[in-house]
Amino acid sequence: MAETRQTELAHADSRESVTPLGPVRRSRDLRVYLVVLGGVMMLADLSFIFWVAPTDSILGDIQRVFYFHVPIAVMSFLAFFVVFVASIVYLVTRSPAWDRLAQASAEVGVVFVTLALITGVIWARPIWGVWWTWEPRLTTTLILWLIYVAYLMVRAYAANPNQGARYSAVVGIVGFVDVPIVYYSVIWWRSIHPSPVVGPLAQANALEGTMAAVLLFSFITFLILFVFLVAQRMALRETEDRLGGIKSAMRRRAESVF
Amino acid sequence: MVLVWKDILLEVRSRELVISVLVFGLLVAVVFNFALDVTPQRVTAIAPGILWVAFAFAATMAMSRAFVREREQGGLEGLLLSPVSRDAIFLGKALTNLLFMLLVEMVLLPVFAVLFGFSAMSFTLIGTIVLATLGFSLVGTLFSAIAAQTRSREIMLPVLFFPVILPVIIGAVEASTRAIGGETTVGLGRWLPLLAVFDALFLVICPWVFSFVVEE
Repeated sequence: MAETRQTELAHADSRESVTPLGPVRRSRDLRVYLVVLGGVMMLADLSFIFWVAPTDSILGDIQRVFYFHVPIAVMSFLAFFVVFVASIVYLVTRSPAWDRLAQASAEVGVVFVTLALITGVIWARPIWGVWWTWEPRLTTTLILWLIYVAYLMVRAYAANPNQGARYSAVVGIVGFVDVPIVYYSVIWWRSIHPSPVVGPLAQANALEGTMAAVLLFSFITFLILFVFLVAQRMALRETEDRLGGIKSAMRRRAESVF
Repeated sequence: MVLVWKDILLEVRSRELVISVLVFGLLVAVVFNFALDVTPQRVTAIAPGILWVAFAFAATMAMSRAFVREREQGGLEGLLLSPVSRDAIFLGKALTNLLFMLLVEMVLLPVFAVLFGFSAMSFTLIGTIVLATLGFSLVGTLFSAIAAQTRSREIMLPVLFFPVILPVIIGAVEASTRAIGGETTVGLGRWLPLLAVFDALFLVICPWVFSFVVEE
């Protein structure tokens, strides 16, 4: 019994495998380097943020949220830019690798943008006195979150993976093109309904040297985290695709036997 | 053009879509009247918001039907097999949606004007409605083609449609406030171009990506 399954698997593998095993192994080596490097840097980053960076004279310790918030937010924008580019290339070339990249980047991006919103709220309450304000950047980030949650929903609810890939690519393109328009419309809307809250621009400009260095280090750390998560998710998706191929091959086999 | 005519003919024969969307739009107005307590002093501040919430909800209702009808009857396959370019199919569908929505809005607008007591006779307001509805129909047609093919499609269309259409809603509300308020036209030179830019951008993008949506 076990033997027949073995041969069937081998058979399915030779016929249905989406990619040969080579690239998966090579990418695993890369991911091991990334996770080791990223882990060490993350520990260093945390110690820099909490021990090395000076306490902000006006804002106090809460200002340290900033070292997480800004890199995470920037990485989420980067993630959606990657989704946009990967979606276009996927629609033109139809190479599944680009679809995997788009999906992985979108999922990591949604996680990052969620974290950016949460850290933003944590920042806003003590500094601005409100949990939330309809400031352009905040509002745009919220809309971004909504668009890419819809992106993931389209992918999940599509009738088959191929359709999901195409539909979500379309949403990835339309959504990204829409973001600058959302941003400008909210800026103009704000300028007409003035808000008592001062934007974050004032604090962002005045960064002492050590602070800027820690922020830069934090950026690099989160960039590595982002690349690692995307690579990991892509590898997982590749395994899923292979498994799907093997399953359907086995089903066909079973049907032909009975 | 024949495509537009076919859908209009279908609608004229059944009349179900326009009637149901109209009733729905009126219901939105009634509900908001109680939710926001519209008094004559506050009407210029609130009425444009109600107007556009009603129009946007009505648009999602109307457009969710556009491809479901084709799907139920297998009409889309027929369309795709016929020697018509995908762009033409998309533009035909979008034009039909535009005309339906404009019809609904032209009926709803005077009713809203009477209910809330503002003047609807303004070229600016009409222009705003045409520009914004064009944006609605371009994005809505694309997403309704996607939503019609997915599971839980009733929820997929609004979930996709509203975040993307947000700039149009902001622009339309701001422009209508100025059109209804009548006194100040400051900022109109900004909002109407915003709507026009949105329309132009999606007029280019939507037909292009639509060809990827309908390929099977």
